[in-house]
Amino acid sequence: MELREQIIQVEGLSAAYDEQTILDDISFSIGRGEVFVILGGSGCGKSTLLKHLIGLYRPTAGRIFIDGENLVAAHGAERKALLRKIGVMYQHGALFGSMTLLENLCLPLEEFTDLPETARNLIATMNLSLVGLADYPHHYPAEISGGMRKRPAIARAMVLGPQILFLVEPSAGLDPVTSAEMDELILRLASSQGMTFVVVSHELPSICAIADRAIMLDKTSKGIIASGTPQQLAHSAIPQVRRFFARQAGNG
Amino acid sequence: MARATDTATPPAATLSIDDSRPAQLLLTIAGRLDLAGASALWQPAVEIVAQRQPQRLQLNVAGVDYCDGTGIGLLVELERRTTLYGGAFELQGLAEKFVRLREQFDLDRLRELPSTRPAPCCLPEATGIAMVKTWRALQALVSFTGELTVALLAALKQPRTVRWRDVWLTVEKAGVDALPIVALLSFLVGLIMAFQAAIPMRQFGTEIYVANLIGLATLRELGPLMTAIILAGRSASAFAAELGTMKVNEEIDALTTMGLAPVPFLVVTRVLAALFVTPLLTLFADLLGLAGGSVVLLSLDYPLVTYIHQVQSAVSFGDCLGGLAKSLVFGIIIAAIGCLQGLRAGSGASAVGDAATRAVVSGIVLIVIGDGVFSVLYYYLGI
Repeated sequence: MELREQIIQVEGLSAAYDEQTILDDISFSIGRGEVFVILGGSGCGKSTLLKHLIGLYRPTAGRIFIDGENLVAAHGAERKALLRKIGVMYQHGALFGSMTLLENLCLPLEEFTDLPETARNLIATMNLSLVGLADYPHHYPAEISGGMRKRPAIARAMVLGPQILFLVEPSAGLDPVTSAEMDELILRLASSQGMTFVVVSHELPSICAIADRAIMLDKTSKGIIASGTPQQLAHSAIPQVRRFFARQAGNG
Repeated sequence: MARATDTATPPAATLSIDDSRPAQLLLTIAGRLDLAGASALWQPAVEIVAQRQPQRLQLNVAGVDYCDGTGIGLLVELERRTTLYGGAFELQGLAEKFVRLREQFDLDRLRELPSTRPAPCCLPEATGIAMVKTWRALQALVSFTGELTVALLAALKQPRTVRWRDVWLTVEKAGVDALPIVALLSFLVGLIMAFQAAIPMRQFGTEIYVANLIGLATLRELGPLMTAIILAGRSASAFAAELGTMKVNEEIDALTTMGLAPVPFLVVTRVLAALFVTPLLTLFADLLGLAGGSVVLLSLDYPLVTYIHQVQSAVSFGDCLGGLAKSLVFGIIIAAIGCLQGLRAGSGASAVGDAATRAVVSGIVLIVIGDGVFSVLYYYLGI
């Protein structure tokens, strides 16, 4: 594996809800420009890990470095600046229902930049066209299909030019064709925009298609049981990991 | 030249302008063309192009070492502006790694930007839309009333089919939990009204008749009305929000596909609960209102016995019963309107808020209208 500059480093991260430990002392790092997949079965702590990485939750122990700075210890303006380096697409899009797609994209530009209106409009339209939705600027999120809703959500996450894009289940609940289109979109964005992608997913075909590297979380050990390229994971010596990947043949 | 933005990284992009040659403009952009850099250069770059309108614009970006979507946006905007007035545009020195980023955008498609707001519709259209909406709301109200009546009659015929557990739960939430606020407000209103009335009546030495005033007003009007308005604020909105959220989460659809119609399953239980608690709360409000009035008369040195006697002589059992009868109807209105608005909620977060607002507003309006109808009715019936 080629050595890349690391953009995210997680050191000894532990997370718990009340008394229940979800993640126990996990460490990994993500290289700049990588498409990195966090995978695992339901309830293994994928979403919990992600919510810690994007600063929504505070870990019980451990450090998370984003671009060399510790997110856990950062406060105030420092933390804000750090969070500006990331964009997040939530599983169901989390688009604002009272705004059109264009307004959804214009909102962060309006709040965080002093660009003139035409500039905001142009950038929002460009980002919509990147995800193939240039024809729907005035549609409300409720007026486009559920599968389509993830696209403007990606565009909105990208609109401020983040260095890292977090995608939560980008292809969950999509039909195989749309799911493949989503994978293509992610690959195209990854290669052209130079952004780092952190994807939380359990959709095997899409993991194999997009991932440069992946880690697999496990419910019983509350940690990472395997990491590597999808090929390495598929031929892993650990039976649980092999079983997870073998399901693909059974399904597909 | 670069203005500071609120972004963390200082804008490190620079713009230099060379307009030494006629009808030609050479812009050189260098540095880091990210959101901060591009935002800082945007206004000056676009302005100089708009002012000069050169026949030929050369944009040299050989010195750009980082460029993201916003940076490309600036390049596209300059090209768009130039070609819009018919000038020639030439982009020089874009690094290989950014070429792919640029190629993703089709300039022809970006020539006409969509307006940030869809075109506002004209007055006749808006009037028509509003009328159709009102008409549909009326239709929904009528069909809902019918459906609810049928479901209530069915529940009356077969009381075992009603989910009484849910009814008691709602009774607790809408009734028992409302006791403190109903008590506080009724007591205070009784007290304030008695106080206000006592001041002028004292000049004529008739302050004992404050008891008559409080007794009649509380039992016939204020008790039922205050209780109903408090319940509309507390429970109609809660019903609407609850059912609205269920609608948004497709729980209502799930019930329907299970063969459980939402009206008997969700609405009847709430209406029965409201039917049960509103008269009780009203009785409670009556009592506390009278207690509020007694405080004023006590402070005017009348013994409590006198006050009670005066109230007893002024009001009849019929007055109290009339108030309770009203409150039964108010209870049905509150629960039914709350549920109706919840079931009619659209999709999205604001839809639930809208439903709750509509429930409270139309609930209060209907309560006051109903109160008016009762006044006329009681007048003719001689109650």
